[in-house]
Amino acid sequence: MHLRLDPITCDGHGVCAELFPERIELDDWGYPIVDASPIPERMLADARRAVFACPVLALKLVEEELAVTARPTGSRR
Amino acid sequence: MTATTLDPGDTNAGETTAPVGLPRLLRDTATALDDHIAQHGPLPRSAAGVLIDEVDAAGLRGRGGASFPTATKLRAVAAGRRAVVVANGCEGEPASTKDALLLTRAPHLVLDGLALAAMAVRARQAIVATERVRGDVMDALARAISERAARGIDPVPVRLVGVPPRYLAGEESALVHFLDNGEAKPTNVPPRPFERGVHGRPTLVQNVETLAQIALIARHGAEWFRTLGTESEPGSALFTVSGGVATPGVYEAAFNTRVTALLDAAGGTPAPLSAVLVGGYFGAWVAASRLDGVRLGNESLRDVGAALGCGVVVAMPASVCGLREAARVTRYLAEESAGQCGPCVHGLAAVAAAMDALARGRHDRHTTHLLGRWTGQIAGRGACRHPDGAVRFVRSALEVFADEIAWHEQGRCSATETTRLLPVPSSAVRDGQWR
Repeated sequence: MHLRLDPITCDGHGVCAELFPERIELDDWGYPIVDASPIPERMLADARRAVFACPVLALKLVEEELAVTARPTGSRR
Repeated sequence: MTATTLDPGDTNAGETTAPVGLPRLLRDTATALDDHIAQHGPLPRSAAGVLIDEVDAAGLRGRGGASFPTATKLRAVAAGRRAVVVANGCEGEPASTKDALLLTRAPHLVLDGLALAAMAVRARQAIVATERVRGDVMDALARAISERAARGIDPVPVRLVGVPPRYLAGEESALVHFLDNGEAKPTNVPPRPFERGVHGRPTLVQNVETLAQIALIARHGAEWFRTLGTESEPGSALFTVSGGVATPGVYEAAFNTRVTALLDAAGGTPAPLSAVLVGGYFGAWVAASRLDGVRLGNESLRDVGAALGCGVVVAMPASVCGLREAARVTRYLAEESAGQCGPCVHGLAAVAAAMDALARGRHDRHTTHLLGRWTGQIAGRGACRHPDGAVRFVRSALEVFADEIAWHEQGRCSATETTRLLPVPSSAVRDGQWR
């Protein structure tokens, strides 16, 4: 599993970085810098907590990395 | 604006045989359909798969800036159903004029390429998009489209669309969003336009120069295309050359031509240069001292930290302050952020302010330290590549104009004239123009 951030939706609340500092830090303007490398089993609970805490649902846990694009399904944006 | 080729070659104007050397794209002086057919022959018809294979064998890459393999995109769109094809002539890059030149001088060559692409992916719709403020380009296209419609040349109806004059309006996802009645702002990808684009359909967005190359490859073949350039970077491309050259304009050159040969073709450089900007405002500065032997190809340019991008080459005379010019462009790039992603909005504004401080000599070591930190933080964090491109431009400016930065810190400047060399569209034209 990987973390994926939607940078358009993200408003920089910063809760995610507080809950999962091992993989998320904030830049100088308070927006999260997300480490997209695979998350080990032992960290998954923290990652989920960060995802659920996002007030605008900009953070997701996904199976695939962004570079590996699946065929289109579901809705756009 | 002049348009010339680097190596006139054997042109044989008036014949429909393949041109042996250059010019290829700029050989066309035929704005009327009959003249175009006399010069190039009628639109060739071939089975869909055949054209894509030929484009693949030619090794054609997109000429909008990203150099993406054209056949890969064609195949991805062809795999879907009820596709849409879009000729992208938006050319938001202020220092580039090659797309506008091609569209006014050889509109039928571009429209031939669009028709061939439409047949190859079995498209139901074709669109030509260009900046709506360019009345001359809009008129040339409208005329050419109606000429073709009267004779039933195109496989699907072609619609002309005027796009807001913004730097990012030609970015693939921004253009698709605009064509779907949205704002001309980039959207999150994936899905990419070739998966789900206009009206949710697979959409082929190709730069107009790329389409014109397809029109030539369909007529003369991949082997002919490869007689110029190198094995890995075949063919020729259009370059917009400006700044400190005697005759600025659009030039066609084979890939792997020396950058200095291109400058010579543009009349040479009457005064010494400090640097050359390659690839446009998402591109990189190359110090004049490192220019020897650098060639117009991504393999060669990579060695000096640059890339071809959309083919912009600006020669910066030593008499003009490159640092001040870079600061002005950085401000423009910050203003042209679509305003959607935090790191781009806040980061580019901060970087532009710091660049302005450097240009005014109101900085200390802390300023350059912060610029290094910020440019590192911003890259790769937008929905589109705008912050990445802006950061590449700024980082190369900091490196190439390092001595100038030190001069400015002491309240001095090496420039002897105050000419504004790099074009920046007035904010009056741009403000609020997203729809």
